[in-house]
Amino acid sequence: MAEQVKSEILDNRRAGDYHVLSLTAPGIAEVAKPGHFITLSMGGDETSMVLRRAFAIHQVQSRGVYGGTLDIAVSVQGRGTEWLAGRRRHDVVDLVGPLGKPFALPKQGVSCVLVGGGYGSAPLFMLAQELRDRGCRVDMVIGAATESRLFGVLELKRLASALTITTDDGSAGVQGRVTDVLDDALDRAGADVVYACGPMPMLSEVARIATKRRVFSQCAVEEAMACGIGVCMTCVLPVIGDDGITRMVRSCVEGPVFRGDRVRWADVHTIPDDAWGAPGNDDRGVGR
Amino acid sequence: MSRALIAQGPRGSDGDSPGARVDMGVDLAGLALPSPILTASGCAAAGRELDTFVDITTLGAVVTKSIMMRPRAGRATPRMSETPSGMLNSIGLQGPGVESFIENDLSWLVQRGARTIVSIAGESVDEYAKLAAKLKRVEGISAIEVNISCPNVADRGQVFACRPESAAQVIQAVRRGSDSRTPIFAKLSPDVTDIVEIADSVIKAGATGLSLINTLLGMVIDTTTMRPALAGVTGGLSGPAIRPVAVRCVWQVRAAFPKVPIIGMGGIRSGADAMEFILAGADAVSVGTSVFNDPSAPARIHRELADLVAGGGFTRLADIVGRAHREPEPIVLDEPTELDDWDFITEERP
Repeated sequence: MAEQVKSEILDNRRAGDYHVLSLTAPGIAEVAKPGHFITLSMGGDETSMVLRRAFAIHQVQSRGVYGGTLDIAVSVQGRGTEWLAGRRRHDVVDLVGPLGKPFALPKQGVSCVLVGGGYGSAPLFMLAQELRDRGCRVDMVIGAATESRLFGVLELKRLASALTITTDDGSAGVQGRVTDVLDDALDRAGADVVYACGPMPMLSEVARIATKRRVFSQCAVEEAMACGIGVCMTCVLPVIGDDGITRMVRSCVEGPVFRGDRVRWADVHTIPDDAWGAPGNDDRGVGR
Repeated sequence: MSRALIAQGPRGSDGDSPGARVDMGVDLAGLALPSPILTASGCAAAGRELDTFVDITTLGAVVTKSIMMRPRAGRATPRMSETPSGMLNSIGLQGPGVESFIENDLSWLVQRGARTIVSIAGESVDEYAKLAAKLKRVEGISAIEVNISCPNVADRGQVFACRPESAAQVIQAVRRGSDSRTPIFAKLSPDVTDIVEIADSVIKAGATGLSLINTLLGMVIDTTTMRPALAGVTGGLSGPAIRPVAVRCVWQVRAAFPKVPIIGMGGIRSGADAMEFILAGADAVSVGTSVFNDPSAPARIHRELADLVAGGGFTRLADIVGRAHREPEPIVLDEPTELDDWDFITEERP
């Protein structure tokens, strides 16, 4: 169950091109699972920015006097994240979480490959630890445009049995994209499950490769959200349900983690003609 | 223990605040509501998600997202763009259709004990009539809000609220199809030359009250892609940016129709914002876009408003409804007791 708290910023540090913020989140950090996210309001009480920003939970800690605390990775992309990156220790922000549906975890100790694009690797840290605790083999593939946009390389070296790094410009690791090396990584790991977080084109390709190889995939999507709690219907994408019917589902409550083989990646940002309630789709639109 | 220090509740007052003694109850078209604060249609789904953050049974009512006869997928994404003190949306009335709504959403609201105002939307006068007929057979509906002003339809000509004749046709159909005891509120668009004229037509057609206002039609262009920011090209502008427009609409309609119940809405973020609408003549107010920013906003705004009413020396919210319309009090000067006080003025006589 999500909660809303006034959260104190405990730390704001640089990590490559990103900022990592540590925030008090009592009652939230304690119950957060890998893949959950939080939202923060931007700009203070009189702000002209009326929408919250969503951030994947990177790490959680228990810090004595503060109770539960959590870390998020922030990439400055606009006015809101620029404001947030400028916050200092002891500043207070309005925090809601944990939100969304976390990664599904295997019951047995299977072999997993975790794929992160840019700061999409942030939520994979908790996931890697959780999977290792369950006796899973955890290999990782992370990539970014350039070295400074890789997130958490040193720590991931410790967490992963094998770590493959790619950069578009070749400034670190293999020159290319994560999806260029994914087949090899899946072979090496004998992977049963792929977990991925990053930009939509990357997720689409990861899901395609995984499904082609009949490997189960779990993708955490990044869709623009307004509320983060399921009331505004902004962050929808076409997903095939258990009944085989495509619906426009909310990535904030039904996601952000989806089965890669269930998202209609090529149709994201559209309303597919055969979707539930699509214009002209009368046989799917009448009653039930 | 430390939680009390760090994790304070939403801004506002506690039980000992002056507002705690104010009677915040309102009579909205015969409905006795414990609070003037409602949710705004489309900003609270059907109440369930919000109930995590606000006890929805303490609200005046939950106004549900506009429901149509059939399931509807809505518009393509991107559906939203943040704007200065507001946002543009083009959701396109995504929803499960009225049958699923009655079965899953309305039944939950009734069981939860929330007062519910059901918002309906149609593509034709006939669809509105059918929706009214469906809802007539269902228990637990406090009122119907008729959304004749959603800007996110493919054909702008379908915005019934833009013409007095089409607005009246819809309201007449809903009035005829509904239980005569159920109040119906017509939700009007500010994108008209004279909102009082539209209000007049829907009142004559049988509307019990008015919901003022829906979003304003707007547009944002992404300067990077050099394309409209929304897949639907245009969208509805909401949030504090539109508040003065909304307050003006409430004021004009209240001045023209002193006795017609009004639900005011448009960018309410604080108790003071809500108070503006009530002073302009709204009997109740809906909180919409601010819920996206602060999911507990309805409860906070209720408390802030109560404190302001108390601070103004009033014990009943009902006593300030429309109070901004009163004539300015004449300025009374004390008579000078001694003529000497005025010696410094040399009066010039013609």
